Amino acid sequence: MTRYIRLAAVFCALLLALLVNATRVQVFQAGSYDDNPANRRQDIARYDHPRGDILVGGVPVTGSTDTGEQLRYERSYRNGPLYAPVTGFASQEYGTAFLEHSEDAVLSGTDPMLSPFPLWNELIRARSPGGDVVTTLNRAAQQAAYSMLGRRKGAVTAIEPATGRILALVSTPSYDPAVLSGNGSAVERSWARLNDDRDKPMLNRAVRQTYPPGSTFKVVTAAAALDSGVIADVDAPTDSPAPYRLPGTTTSLTNESEGCEDASLRAAFEWSCNTVFARLGVDVGVDMMTATARNFGFNDTALRIPFSVAQSTFDTSVDRAQLALSSIGQYNTRATPLQMAMVSAAVANGGQLVSPYLVEDTTTASGAALTTTRSHPVRQAMYPATAMRMQELMEDVVREGTGGNAAIPGARVGGKTGTAQHGIGNSGVPYAWFVSWAQGYDDLEPRVAVAVVVEDGSADRGDISGGGMAAPIARAVMEAVLNSPSEHSR
Amino acid sequence: MTNAGTTVERADPPAPAVRLPRRRGIELALIVLAVLLSVYGYCGVGLAKNGTVPPGAAGYGAGLGVLALLAHFAVRLRAPYADPLLLPIGVLLNGLGLVLIYRLDLETPGDKAAPAQLVWSTLGVTLFIVIVVLLRDHRVLQRYAYVCVVGALGLLTLPIFFPAVNGARIWIRIAGFSIQPGEFAKVLLAVFYAAYLAANRNALAYAGRQIWRFKRLQLPTGRVLGPIVTIWLLSVGVLVLERDLGTSLLFFGLFVVLLYVATGRTGWIAVGLLLAALGAAAVGWLEPHVHGRIEDWLHPFATIEAGQGPNQLAQSLFAFAAGGILGAGLGLGHSILIGFAAKSDFILATAGEELGLAGLSAIFLLYGLLVERGYRAGLALRDPFGRLLAVGLASIVALQVFVIAGGVTGLIPLTGMAMPFLAQGGSSVVTNWAIVALLIRVSDSARSQYDGEDVS
Repeated sequence: MTRYIRLAAVFCALLLALLVNATRVQVFQAGSYDDNPANRRQDIARYDHPRGDILVGGVPVTGSTDTGEQLRYERSYRNGPLYAPVTGFASQEYGTAFLEHSEDAVLSGTDPMLSPFPLWNELIRARSPGGDVVTTLNRAAQQAAYSMLGRRKGAVTAIEPATGRILALVSTPSYDPAVLSGNGSAVERSWARLNDDRDKPMLNRAVRQTYPPGSTFKVVTAAAALDSGVIADVDAPTDSPAPYRLPGTTTSLTNESEGCEDASLRAAFEWSCNTVFARLGVDVGVDMMTATARNFGFNDTALRIPFSVAQSTFDTSVDRAQLALSSIGQYNTRATPLQMAMVSAAVANGGQLVSPYLVEDTTTASGAALTTTRSHPVRQAMYPATAMRMQELMEDVVREGTGGNAAIPGARVGGKTGTAQHGIGNSGVPYAWFVSWAQGYDDLEPRVAVAVVVEDGSADRGDISGGGMAAPIARAVMEAVLNSPSEHSR
Repeated sequence: MTNAGTTVERADPPAPAVRLPRRRGIELALIVLAVLLSVYGYCGVGLAKNGTVPPGAAGYGAGLGVLALLAHFAVRLRAPYADPLLLPIGVLLNGLGLVLIYRLDLETPGDKAAPAQLVWSTLGVTLFIVIVVLLRDHRVLQRYAYVCVVGALGLLTLPIFFPAVNGARIWIRIAGFSIQPGEFAKVLLAVFYAAYLAANRNALAYAGRQIWRFKRLQLPTGRVLGPIVTIWLLSVGVLVLERDLGTSLLFFGLFVVLLYVATGRTGWIAVGLLLAALGAAAVGWLEPHVHGRIEDWLHPFATIEAGQGPNQLAQSLFAFAAGGILGAGLGLGHSILIGFAAKSDFILATAGEELGLAGLSAIFLLYGLLVERGYRAGLALRDPFGRLLAVGLASIVALQVFVIAGGVTGLIPLTGMAMPFLAQGGSSVVTNWAIVALLIRVSDSARSQYDGEDVS
């Protein structure tokens, strides 16, 4: 019987099978099991500690609420609608958007840089506390833009020209991202409600919506004309007819204002003569117009601030009539409010366009810096001399032309209005545009460049004009920036 | 093959009495280690979950320590030659089980299982002491073989008269305690099998007719085999009625192993495997409950793909995977996601997630050691009943571990069964202490017979 007992002990090989199988599950297939979307562990780990904060002007605009549920911490927002286009949402059910999305690794604590000894953390399975994201926003400018837009639909973007720091990024109507933070039926209802809303409150109009820029695009066309030498003297007559028959067609382009025939560039810019700029665009030619538009940031798909930005477009395959329309910001020319703020910033910064950005710094929870200075690419959008001329032209618009509403006592202000037609046969309610920059008399350089767009279906059609509707908003934002202490002058 | 019996016979007559070491000191040291490890785990859970040592830590350690020491003194007194590993392994597994259940209790504040488990453990250790003290010689049990089998069948039949719980009629509820009589039946059946096979093994091995021309494949006569097959059919029948397939698998495996050890006929294993395969196929095909279990085993993530979320087996696999090699640490896993039966059938998932492959291997090795010590006692004994009993009891542990651990790790289809000592379940803990007590008794006999003392 001894022999049989010994043989029966082979039975213990069953335990060996268990060990082999446990190794399969715990080592070799562990990765795929861990990553299975139905496995809640990653979610539990993600929400089991407070999320890092997003800071504006040194003060957090976000927070974390301990719900005591399985997914423990929920995102909270202070003044959610004001900052929603910047923060986005961080939902346990619907993922993340905007800064919450692009800085998620830092905020949620998974960024390896957050841990002083990454390998050690890996070993003891500790998650670092979430880091903080310090934004470039100017609290006062953001608030001014938001309250000036009020109940109207629109967007405001403000940039510090010398650095590319985004000072304000507002989109209305907005929403409170806190209603999406948690999970469960209330969040699902909010999600459905926000998505079904005809006013699209979750659409970030400042960076994710393109509009025909209309007359504000004349800044680009004028710069192209000056850079290419088509215009040598801004005060010389341009020899342009009014009305202007679009090349190769029988369509005639007219102006809103009188006195555009044969006007100088300065006068044409001041009074926003369509005929002059349409013809200038054709004279400059599609190659030079395209090159200049590209230098200002059009047709760039790679821009991240750090979240992605909708591509602003300038159509490169156009005939001469289409080029004429493109050059006055119609046809297929489209721009985000951020793009138009970049155009204004390039003029204000002597022709140099600094790539805009929203995140100044990321820090650990205890405040130690994570990122060293990020490099922000600089591009020559036009010659410095051209930029000087353009500044003059834009100042004239505010001092004497259509942009009078943007004037600020004690400051140099340059601007350009725009009223963009859109819709089939231009039947849509036009968009009111205003782009501008401002420099206090004590400042060494312009401190702010702004773009404002207002799309308002409820307003009387006649009232919608860049100068009437959008310029006061731009002025309020510029004043807010000029009145705040200059913290960065690099 | 060496035969332990002949070695002794050759060395016996002239040699002076050999004093075998009794090794009680080793046992005591290992028990202290086992208790300390359990208390350490208990404190670890508290520190991880609440940042403080749990208030009951001292009481828990003292309780477990006193129980273990009482058991140790019983062994020292009545079974001084017993294998010194058996009791410490029991203490460690039971202590670890209490830690894991306490840890899961923290996730379900409304449903505490650890206090009841502690009461049952006390009962189990008490039974252990009673067996070690009162049962002076295991061969006494041989006389009660038929009492045992009647008792076993009675226990197995009992729950049929009680309402089903979660689809299985295996519980009876008395005064708030639920008891699983089938657990106790295991030990009784093992005693019966061992006694019956020890008495009839020669008839089983050498009489009977050959099937075809294989010499080895020889069926015993119906007269010898009749009772045992009848008992087996009855027990399996009862279990199928109660839908407790794990236990019926256990009885079947026990039956085949003991039959093989008693007769040495490889044919039995072949026939056993064939019957098992046929039975499994038939039941898996016909019985919807079992069919579902097999489907789950083949496609553990089917419910996820169907959009219904992970089922228990998928959650269990997630838990094991989350543990990885070193584990998340006691108190830091999320095996509670398994939901129902996380503290009983799926307790191993908590061990796998929080202690990792390292801890799981240690637990498997403890079971392996327990089984090996049982087999070793069987090898050392001279009487066939004792040998079969030791092998049978050790095989119960091995089969149980394989069936439930294989089930929750996706190696074999899942069948409900308690992980010996670890899982929540009073009847199971008490039964396992009885098994360890019997193994202690058998191993004591095995070694004391060489000590120049006359044990008969």
